[in-house]
Amino acid sequence: MKSPAVKDITKISLLFAVVAVSLAPLATSAQQNKPWEKIPVPKLHDFKPQEPKRIVLKNGIVIFLQEDHELPFVSGGVMIPGGSRDEDPAKAGLVGLYGQAWRTSGTAKMDGDQLDDLLESKAAHIETGGDDDSTALQWESLKGDADQVFSLALDLLLHPKFSPEKLQLAQQQDAAGIVRRNDEESGIADRESAKLVYGANSPYTRQPELTTIGSVTVDDLKAWHDRTIGGKLIIGISGDFDPVAMEAKLRAAFEGLPPVKPESPRHDAFPGPTPGLSFINKEDVNQSDVQIVGLGIDRHNPDVPALVVMDEILGGGFASRLFQKVRTELGLAYEVGGGFSLAYDHPAVFRVVVLTKSGSTVEATKAAIGEIAGLNSHPFTQEELDRAKDNILNTFLFRYDTRDKVLAEQERLEFYGYPANYLETYKAALEKVTVADLTAVAKKYVHPEKLAVLVVAMGQRSSPGSMS
Amino acid sequence: MQNRVLLSFRNWILPLTVAAIALAGAHAQDLKSFEQRITTKVLPNGLTLIVCERHDAPVFSYTTFVDAGDVNDPSGQSGLAHMFEHLAFKGTSEIGTTDIADEKVALEKVEAANNAYEAEYLKSVGRDEAKLAELKKAFLAAQAEAHKYVVPNQFTDVAERNGAEGLNAQTGLDDTMFFWSMPENRFELWAWLESARLSDTVPREFYKERDVVVEERRMRTDSSPIGRLLEQFLATAYVAHNYGRSSIGWPSEVGQINATEAMEFHKKYYVGSNIVVSVVGDVKATEVMPVLEKYFSKVPGGPKPEEMTTLEPKQFAEKTVTIREQTQPFYLEGYHRPDYHDPDDAVYDAIGDIMSNGRVSRLYRSLVRDQQIAAEAEGFSGFPGQKYPGLFAFYAVPIPGHTPDEMRDAIHKEIEKLKSADVTDDELAMFKTRTRADLLRGLADNQGLSNSLAEYQTRYGDWRELFTQLDKVDKVTKADIRRVANKVFVASNRTSAEIITNPPAGAAQKDGGAQ
Repeated sequence: MKSPAVKDITKISLLFAVVAVSLAPLATSAQQNKPWEKIPVPKLHDFKPQEPKRIVLKNGIVIFLQEDHELPFVSGGVMIPGGSRDEDPAKAGLVGLYGQAWRTSGTAKMDGDQLDDLLESKAAHIETGGDDDSTALQWESLKGDADQVFSLALDLLLHPKFSPEKLQLAQQQDAAGIVRRNDEESGIADRESAKLVYGANSPYTRQPELTTIGSVTVDDLKAWHDRTIGGKLIIGISGDFDPVAMEAKLRAAFEGLPPVKPESPRHDAFPGPTPGLSFINKEDVNQSDVQIVGLGIDRHNPDVPALVVMDEILGGGFASRLFQKVRTELGLAYEVGGGFSLAYDHPAVFRVVVLTKSGSTVEATKAAIGEIAGLNSHPFTQEELDRAKDNILNTFLFRYDTRDKVLAEQERLEFYGYPANYLETYKAALEKVTVADLTAVAKKYVHPEKLAVLVVAMGQRSSPGSMS
Repeated sequence: MQNRVLLSFRNWILPLTVAAIALAGAHAQDLKSFEQRITTKVLPNGLTLIVCERHDAPVFSYTTFVDAGDVNDPSGQSGLAHMFEHLAFKGTSEIGTTDIADEKVALEKVEAANNAYEAEYLKSVGRDEAKLAELKKAFLAAQAEAHKYVVPNQFTDVAERNGAEGLNAQTGLDDTMFFWSMPENRFELWAWLESARLSDTVPREFYKERDVVVEERRMRTDSSPIGRLLEQFLATAYVAHNYGRSSIGWPSEVGQINATEAMEFHKKYYVGSNIVVSVVGDVKATEVMPVLEKYFSKVPGGPKPEEMTTLEPKQFAEKTVTIREQTQPFYLEGYHRPDYHDPDDAVYDAIGDIMSNGRVSRLYRSLVRDQQIAAEAEGFSGFPGQKYPGLFAFYAVPIPGHTPDEMRDAIHKEIEKLKSADVTDDELAMFKTRTRADLLRGLADNQGLSNSLAEYQTRYGDWRELFTQLDKVDKVTKADIRRVANKVFVASNRTSAEIITNPPAGAAQKDGGAQ
């Protein structure tokens, strides 16, 4: 079958001007019986999530203790500020290599291979890893092995011994990832659409290359470790332990460390994308990955509650405008959705994704853009607001329904400097969002003419006539 | 923590198998504590209920486990079970419609119009294109007429507004699961919704949803190198059994399933005796059991559907699939093994663990750490399913400069070691320790526990097997491992698949737009 994807793709850019808004009608006709509304919804059982105990050491290190005696395990983690966005661009990929070689190298007392043997024989784990803004060391074991595993983890945290062999192993593994990164269509689309928003050389999107990972040395790993380990560590322990003994042990281990050095603030520029259409050809697909992207916001923004509710209306669930239109009404996609995502300390990406067959690329893209633009032209209804708030508020409980989730949230808030009661104030603010708020944030933040569209699809742009 | 740039191959096989038995084991005291917290009941219609009390946060998770999957799709209708799963989100005669009586009339007209269109479309001789176009128009018009009565996505809307979290479903070859979590005060509402969609499904918006499913196929299979490889691999490994058939459906079949066929599938397989519903969370069995009974008694009774009689004949010839395209190289091989009832089931788990689990595993140490030819190398069991005889498979992802042939040779060397020498005491002990710990870890999560209870109840007739299975794990010996390896890992029982990278040429030869 003929694939018009490529020939017609340029027409998409015109759509920014002429936006056809036709919203899927949501239950306007009279429905006689709604039996589910007659089912009683009793008062929810009282529940106060157990907050972890927060301990601040004199040197600035913060410890959280979260007891949970249901199962006989103890787990712990240390978050360390500084991640791949802070690495030397000429050595892009350093933090990824560090995250692997740290653990696989081990310590002077016990190398990584010996550590593997010992831990696995106890069904225990110690792992390290790197992210864009932090690195971490985590451990977990059965209660009976907790003391020994903690000692090993502490030794690895404070006395790692990076080995050239394990660095080389990590380099080979990451090289395999680099050469394979164009195998899957979504891999290309996610990566390249982020580049459109942040810029190809941004600390958030630059890619490790064979040359950059090849230039990383053991000394680089050591230097990275020495630099970051003096930062504000956040330590979290959860599980089946005695809190008094645990606090004493952690104090003994960490109180003697020098005062923490604050991370220097970042000054990144976020210009946002150049509006327009980009196309990437991939010959071995029959489905296009369309990403409509722009600059998002960060969680500090006071408009976040209204934006989150608007996002739910745009692309949140089965009842969202995008899902109703593109999947349910038009049947053009299995996967469609997206919106503003939130980062804690920098603007995230606004991203709407549609996966559709090659032949309906234009139609599906047009429909998705129509829904984005419709946020400004198609008035929000009270019903949409109520639905979105119900969706968000009635599932809010699942942010803290386990003690591990409560702990992780407190660690995150501490790491990014948010108040400990953030979830409560956030929830209260969500409850207050009005239709007028939605209209205002749409006007302020939704600018279809500033968005970029990336299409990864089958076809050759230069010679559309060759497709048949 | 991001620890790998690679797209892990695991991501590809997990959605296809339902639960790769992460939990396998038992622990006397755990079993005892769970026996006090778990209540089961079989309703007169044959449906089994399991309630597990876990009083922490005021939430619960549920699993509806239907003992039917795409392996049960009738001939010519591959993808039907999955198609029906999508239909189960479209509402009932009470939810999702403005007028069920008129809607049903309109839906019958849609079906008639589809049949007329299909009949003309499938004519191999004398198809009248003008007539076909007209019939297509009539088909679309009938759909538009039926759509007038639809309240789109009302079923999921009501669930989501009432706090459904992780709402989804999963169709495997062996079975179909529906699940979500919810605040506990919505328990009765959930029971109403879930029992209604099981017993009172309406084939609403079927043909549009079929387009959605075909789109899902493009995403999972057609447009993904590993997806394409797996489909070809299984089609080659099996000559008779439905495990060899595309689980999402061959394009020509899934694209032509009709609503009548989907409803027939429902009638046959969605009967009480074929369904287990489990609930885990902040509920009291004494309070919720009567609620469950009230609602789930609506599910029709009926005989347990007959088991499939097709057995895969013994493989006697080694088979190989080679895919050449502009994708990085990959190697995969599989050996036929018996189903999960086999007395050696735990021995296969032991082999999988010793060969593949973590940085101490034999394949990691040999291919990744020492020879430095692979970025990943693992073996795993029960693919593409475990209810019927599946495969024990091995795969390796070469690092740049290394080939699928090297992966194959290195894997075979490790298999030979397994056949010619006993594993060490440490390796065997490690398998048993890790299995026990993993069982315990799995108990922490309501949804995971609910899924496991329902699965074990279905597969063994008793959820306790989740715990007592550890007895079988404990009994595995070094001699068992050697014996099973020698029995199964032989060349004549092997199918392999590899991707060989084509150099980027000018015009690619692929037919990308199969539709």
